[in-house]
Order: sequence, then C-alpha cells, then structure tokens
Amino acid sequence: MRELRSKSFIAAAVAGPALIVALPQIVEVYTIFNLSVYAILATLALSLGLVWGMGGILSFGQSAFFGLGGYAYAIAAINFAGSTPGLLAAVALPVVAAAVIGYFAFFGRISDVYFAVISLTVSLILYNLINSTSGAAYRIGDAPLGGYNGIPSVPPLNLPFAAAPLDFAGTFYAAALLLLVVYLGLRLLVNTRFGRVVVSVRENELRAELLGYDVRLYKLGVFCLGAAIAGLAGAFYAAWGSFIGPGVFSIGFAAQIIVWVLLGGLGTLIGPVLGCFIVQSLTAWLGEAEASNPSIVLGVLFLAAVMLVPKGLVPSLREWGRRLLGAGRAVPRERAP
Amino acid sequence: MFAEGGHIDTAILILVQVLYAVGSLFLIAVGLAIVFGMMGVINFAHGEFLMIGGFAFVLAVKAGVNFWVAMFVVAPLVVALIGVVVERLIIRHLYGRIVDTVLATWGLSLLFIGIASETLGYFQEGVAPPFGSVRIGAYQEGAYTFFVIGVALALLAALYVLLRYTPFGLIARGTMQNAAMAAALGTNVRAVYSITFGIGAAVSGLAGAVLAPIAGVLPVIGVTYIAKAFITVIVGGASPLAGTALASSLLGTINQAATFASTAVLGEVALLGAAIVLLRFLPAGITGRFLRGSV
Repeated sequence: MRELRSKSFIAAAVAGPALIVALPQIVEVYTIFNLSVYAILATLALSLGLVWGMGGILSFGQSAFFGLGGYAYAIAAINFAGSTPGLLAAVALPVVAAAVIGYFAFFGRISDVYFAVISLTVSLILYNLINSTSGAAYRIGDAPLGGYNGIPSVPPLNLPFAAAPLDFAGTFYAAALLLLVVYLGLRLLVNTRFGRVVVSVRENELRAELLGYDVRLYKLGVFCLGAAIAGLAGAFYAAWGSFIGPGVFSIGFAAQIIVWVLLGGLGTLIGPVLGCFIVQSLTAWLGEAEASNPSIVLGVLFLAAVMLVPKGLVPSLREWGRRLLGAGRAVPRERAP
Repeated sequence: MFAEGGHIDTAILILVQVLYAVGSLFLIAVGLAIVFGMMGVINFAHGEFLMIGGFAFVLAVKAGVNFWVAMFVVAPLVVALIGVVVERLIIRHLYGRIVDTVLATWGLSLLFIGIASETLGYFQEGVAPPFGSVRIGAYQEGAYTFFVIGVALALLAALYVLLRYTPFGLIARGTMQNAAMAAALGTNVRAVYSITFGIGAAVSGLAGAVLAPIAGVLPVIGVTYIAKAFITVIVGGASPLAGTALASSLLGTINQAATFASTAVLGEVALLGAAIVLLRFLPAGITGRFLRGSV
C-alpha cells in the first residue's frame, strides 16, 4: 500500500510512539492527566473527522455515540469485573444505535442538513431521557443511572487478564495509543478501496451511484465505524474521570466537537486532532484565568472559524506553505472539502 | 390525574391540552419555518431568539410596561431588530452556503447563551400568567392555555394573509420560488431577505413572550425549544405555514398522547422518534408530498 511508504505516515508512526513514551518522563503528572483527556477527546474529533470530513455526513450528534459508549462502559464495568466487557459494550451499543439511525436516514435519503438536525436531535433525546432517570428505580444491575447526577465511581481501565487498574501514566499510554492507532488506522483506511469510495460519495454522490456503488451502504458503513470510534473514546473518557454524566449529550458538548473539526480542517485527519488540542487548551487556559464564560469563547471561536478560516487551519496552512515554497510557480488548487 | 369527574370532562380536558400542545409547537416553530421556507436559511440561533423574546417581555413588564404592549410590541420589535442586525452581519455573507450558515448561527447561539447568562443571570423572576383558571366539569385549566391556542390560530391567519394577499407576500413568494428571476424583474432581493428574516425573528420574539409566563425564562431555555422547532419544520417540509401547521398538529398530538400515557419526557421522546420514522417515508416532509406549492 502506497500510504505505508508516505513520508508523513512514517513520520507519525515513528514520532508518535516516541512522544508517547517520552512525555510522562518529562512533564508533571497533572499535565499527563490533562493530556490523557485531550487524547481521548481528539479520538472523538477523529471520529467526526472521518464521518463528516471524509464521508461528507453531517453527524452533528456525534456526542450521542460518545455518550452511549461512556454509559455502556460504565454500566458493564460496574456489573462485570475488568474493563474488557465494558469496552466491548462501548463499541457495540453505539454501532447498533448508528445502524438504526443510519438506516432511517440514509435509506430514506434524507438530505444532509436534515440529517445534521436529526443526529443532533438524537443526542438531545438521550440528554432528556438520561436526565429523567434519577432515583433508585433506574438501575441496570448494580449500576444506578443517576439522572442528572451521572454515574460516579466508574471503574478505571485495566489491561486484559491483569487485575490491577492503570495508574495516571498507564491511562495516558492507553489514551495516547488509542489516538495514534485510530489516526494511523484511518489514514490507511482512507486509502483502501472502501475509503476511496467513501470519499467519492462525498465528492459526488450521484456520480458514485451511477458508477454502481450502493451509496447508502457505504454511508451506513462509515457512519457505524465513526460511531464505534466515538463509543470507544467515550469509554476511555468515563474510565479517565471515573465519571459519566448526561452533560456529554448536551448541545454544548456536541457543538464543541464540531468546532474542533471545523477549526482544524475538514477533509484532513490531522486537522481534527490539532483543532481539539488547540480549542481544549485554549478553553482550559481561559477557564483558569476566569477570563470569561466558556459559552462565549466557544461561540466566538465557532463564528471565527466559519467566517474567517472556512477551510480550517490545516488546509489553510498547507495552502500558504505551498504558496511560499512555490512562489512564481502555479499553485495547485486545494480541493473543496 | 383524572381523579373524579365524568368521561366528557376528561375528553374535553384532553382535547384542550392536545390543542395547547399543537398551538405551542406551532408558535415555537413558525418563525424558523418562515426563515427556512422563504430563504433556505437554517437558523440555529432560533431558540435564542425565543429566549431573547421571553427576556424582553419579562424585563419590560418588570420595568412597568403594560403586559400586552410588552408581549405584542416590545418583544417582537427587540428580536426583529436583533434579527436584522444578524442578517446584515452574518447571514448575508453566507447565502447559498447552507452548512456554513448552520455553523455560524450555532456559534451565534452559543454566544447569545453566554452573553445572556453573564448579563441576565439564571435567577430571573418570571411573570405569572394572567386570567386565572377555567372550570371544565371537575377540572381546572388555566385560562392562559386557551389564550396560547388563540394566539397560535391568530398568528397562522395573519401570516397567511400577509403571504397570500399582500404585495409584499407576492414579492416574497416570488423571490422564494426564483430569486434570480425576481432580481431580474427589479426586485431588491437583499431587502426582501432582510425583511423576511426580520419577520421571522419578530414572530419568534412574540412566541418567546407568549410562552414565557408558562415556561419561564432562562438563558439556556432556547435549547429546550430548538430540537422540537427543527423537527417540526423538517417534518412540515417546503411550505412554511401549511407545513408547520400540519406538522405541529401531528407531532403535538403524538407528544400529548404519549405524555398522557407515560411522562412528559417520554412524550418528547415520542415526538422526536415519530418524526425520524416519518422522515424515512416522507424525506421531503409532509408538504413535499401533499399540498405542494401552498404557502
């Protein structure tokens, strides 16, 4: 496969593990703790980068799958020993949900903007549903659903066949490895036959269909894959903070994911990761400085991304770089996302 | 809930509450429907337009303005003004880029929520609904419920007359059908869009004010409206008035029926679930299949 020999792929495959191993040796535990959640959220951003950026599906409720994954992990991990059943449940439940939603949407041929609203609506339904489950009556096995209080003391991750839970550094290794594996895996996937068809559907759905591809199945496939990644990230998130609450289904959280991907750059895979790290460290910094309301910051970032850098940072930077390097030569036009 | 009382009383009460659910759903959605149907713009800050309408009404009443003036003049005017400014500064630059419009207005919605919670805060005293209550056999129902149903009907009629029988309505509908042709015939398309957006915003402001005495006002209240409003507009389809009226009748009835059978939360879940299933079979909404070409 040609992608395996590309310079940037090899660079990421070599530098990534080196960075993951080195970081806990050089920075404080507190930073490691924060970097772990950034890596988990960046994985979530990648799932939307795949579904929206590559597949052209406006999944504005990607948070629904993240939250479902988190809740599935929490419930399974509380009821069964070890985190393996939890992680399996955290993939299975979002995929089933995505398959059902995707069936109604893609086979009904709902237009893209309508789909955006419907996927967001699903997240808000879950928000209302979970919020109404406070009280002792709502429990699955030993796990209380907890309503708006969420589920506390979610068991941490552990390695398969090892009882001891991961410590801060171990959780960081797991989260960073998840991000790296998902990132490299998606880069390879985009260059497979499946990936190429998915991108061609984004570029021109009618043409892909006329060439004989069942567009609906490809959309369903990429949507379910995105849900699986988001669900896995949700499980890691619940294990990281040993908590999962209905806040992950809220409209604000859904908006955050969109901002990461939009700011980083649609149609790229590194963009959403960078976007997530930039936005999260910015909001964390502003939060520490107590400078302003997070809603205002997110809103301004959102508006700025759409109005000023509509292509996103990574594609814009690439274009500027190309212009600087190739001054005088004809600049190849960037493809529209 | 239905302790004593005869069957007829119960039936009337259920009918009134279904009509109320339909009417409030229509009020929540119609401003969004006008903007979407006439301009193809999806305004994600619609919930915040309702929120601002509610706040404008409550603050005006607290400042001593007459209840009805606050509801029917102050709230629509304030929100219309904000709407026109938003159209000038943001929407106008994004015509034809429907996804970018969704994203920009979503950012705007977050911004409004942030500003409202910074300046107005979460502990806003509400305004009690006037009129007292009405007896239906063994039951009591707030008279304001009937008022909300009446406002929804009156608004439907007024908007229908505006779009169907006035020169502005004719121009607006022409622009909606073919903006390029309207421009070629000398219509100032930008002005038409600006006014249409303003009208949509004014209607949203009015709706926010009418619902404020029942729902209360909070900076984040728009979020509770937005999902229902969007689903109603999408299920309604291309025709802003006929579509919204039909969709809110259908979804409001489902919502209220499920609420009677279980809880209010499950009622909303039933509304949204029914809408998703319906769109599997009518992807262009109700007026995409039936009553095509109506207003």
